[in-house]
Amino acid sequence: MEKETKNSNLRRVAIDPVTRVEGHGKITLLLDENNRVQEARLHIVEFRGFEKFIQGRPYWEVPFFVQRLCGICPVSHHLAAAKAIDQIVGVEQLTPTAEKLRRLLHFGQVLQSHALHFFHLSSPDLLFGFGSNLAHRNIIGVIEDYPDLALKGVKLRKYGQQIIKAISGKRIHGTAAIAGGMNKALAAEERNELLADINEVLVWSQDAVTLNEKIHVTHAENHNFAAIGSHFLSMVDDQGALELYHGGLRAKSVTGETIFDQFDYRGYQKIIREEVRPWSYMKFPFLTELGKEKGWYRVGPLARVNSCDYISTPLAEEARQRFKAFADGGFVQDTLAYHWARMIEVLHCAESIHDLLNDPDIYGTDLTVKSDEKRSEGIGVIEAPRGTLFHHYIVNDEGLIEKANLIVSTTSNNQAMNESVRAVADAYIDGHEITEGLLNHLEIAVRAYDPCLSCATHALGKMPLKIELVDASGQQVDRLFKHSDGTIER
Amino acid sequence: MSQSILIDGIEVPFKSNQTIMDAALAANIYIPHLCHNPCIKPHGSCKLCTVEVNGHTTSSCTTKAEDGQKVINNSEKLNKARLTITQMLFIEGNHLCPTCEKTGNCTLQAVAYHLGMLDGHFPQFYPKREVDASHPSIMLDRDRCILCELCVRASREFDKKDVFAIAGRGDNAHLIVNSPSGKLRDSDIEQNDLAAHICPVGAILIKERGYEIPIGCRTFDLRSVTEIDLGDVKLSEKSSHHE
Repeated sequence: MEKETKNSNLRRVAIDPVTRVEGHGKITLLLDENNRVQEARLHIVEFRGFEKFIQGRPYWEVPFFVQRLCGICPVSHHLAAAKAIDQIVGVEQLTPTAEKLRRLLHFGQVLQSHALHFFHLSSPDLLFGFGSNLAHRNIIGVIEDYPDLALKGVKLRKYGQQIIKAISGKRIHGTAAIAGGMNKALAAEERNELLADINEVLVWSQDAVTLNEKIHVTHAENHNFAAIGSHFLSMVDDQGALELYHGGLRAKSVTGETIFDQFDYRGYQKIIREEVRPWSYMKFPFLTELGKEKGWYRVGPLARVNSCDYISTPLAEEARQRFKAFADGGFVQDTLAYHWARMIEVLHCAESIHDLLNDPDIYGTDLTVKSDEKRSEGIGVIEAPRGTLFHHYIVNDEGLIEKANLIVSTTSNNQAMNESVRAVADAYIDGHEITEGLLNHLEIAVRAYDPCLSCATHALGKMPLKIELVDASGQQVDRLFKHSDGTIER
Repeated sequence: MSQSILIDGIEVPFKSNQTIMDAALAANIYIPHLCHNPCIKPHGSCKLCTVEVNGHTTSSCTTKAEDGQKVINNSEKLNKARLTITQMLFIEGNHLCPTCEKTGNCTLQAVAYHLGMLDGHFPQFYPKREVDASHPSIMLDRDRCILCELCVRASREFDKKDVFAIAGRGDNAHLIVNSPSGKLRDSDIEQNDLAAHICPVGAILIKERGYEIPIGCRTFDLRSVTEIDLGDVKLSEKSSHHE
């Protein structure tokens, strides 16, 4: 259904912008006279271009520069860049305190981002119904009808942000990770303030899992909604457990076979390639081994919870086992199960925060490691809230960035989101009279992935471009095509 | 016989050869400024320290204090003009405060806060300026340069090296390096030179140091620009860098 069409009789329907997601995107449908869907696409219409304008900047500035990619998950970009910069300054292993502070920061970040997504953005669809009253289908409606739930959501997010502020100085865009470590120890009073609320946060996180599990299990119509079968890419620790900060890459095929496992992410270019298409600023990554037609995959909570062998914290592990039992031990491919998996991760974050706040290393003041070695390349990978995030930098002899490549989590889900949009268009729109409620089904499919469109658009100068000169009668007079490698064809 | 001037109605004593700025600083009266540093001969280029003396406007850092002068400093009219000057300094360069290593330690930023600057007001110039990272330990990021010439004067007067100069006029005015290649690596600047540390805006920074001082612990996080005794701060900064 992605095919391009020359049929000028088709009617174009656009959802512009897609709402309750981060960033700007639009969905377009091309319909024939019988409302049959001929084409369905998710377009990313904003452009950021960080890969380009980071060039020429000093490497030590990068973790602070690139976090400005996003206001929701800046910590992920900050830490992925910091991990890359650690390599450039020759640091392989941080001090225990620095690593644990980074992990604590990251857990706070994932917690607040996931809470924001479910409670503020997606819960109106799941609580009120996909085609429910538009005027009420929003966070204000949730506050009116489910005040306790809404308040828990707001407080969960607030708690995650308090962790970020305690470690980085600000709730958004603070400073924390520097080359080889961290710039500030966690003060005892900061730690005590966080400890005071953690038990409540644990309870709220369990409630969030229970609610999402119930919504998904009891709504049979949700199971096949926007459902697609996909491969999964995620990070796991060396024992195969769910890992958000540092580990090896694991890819599982749609049928559950291992494509690769414990892969050192510094070799990511061997296993992942990116395609650029002319109608979106967002690139389309694929697993090299499977090719661009069959190699697209999903990342994020659904991929992580499906692919890991276990979760290291007990409550989240119990929740994971129930999740796996839902698919009889196989992969849960239901797109809307992203929400359920996301809340399992919230619970894992809450448990991990609890453990880290009680870990004596977290008070430490040994924050940085120095090395005399310098390298020209650094690759940092982290599991951001929305999935596996790659930051790759090459620096010159003067310490300035020569080249940067970012594969942002949402980019990895690009093909999958388009596939889900097509699945929904096929199932709900095709042949029907279009209503707002039906169009919201398309947005719900995209929303399940929690895309951050502003994070993911950096294909400056790489996008293929087609220019057609057409005269007044509609006759094509001239045509020029610029390929993604820069070659021009007439 | 003691001599004094009146600054905003306050009697301020001064010693012979002191400027109005010297007298004001000695009396803990803040006159906004960027190109002035007590360690270096005054220059009068940034014009932020413009005051009214007996009805005429003049740079307080270059005007000698004279007995009986009536100086207007903290007036709405002058502060509005200072705000405009500060806005122009921002839009003429590429000042990306959120990602700048100097943020929180930057005098331009602190002065902007002091004057209540909320936006650049004027269209951004977005000039294309060259970064010089050729030196092993010092980086020159011309994006942030406000042409205050503190580095030029510090190198010449304090370090006795004459590493920097301003070339070009008007829009084309820019900081150059007096070396055969025009690059810092071929100059005789060293990491301990005052010129490497005196920049108020982060155009000259020590390399490979990024955000080592956390948010909340930076110069202007702890004290406002009005509380800063410039000479004290600059010298203590230099001594800490020398350690």
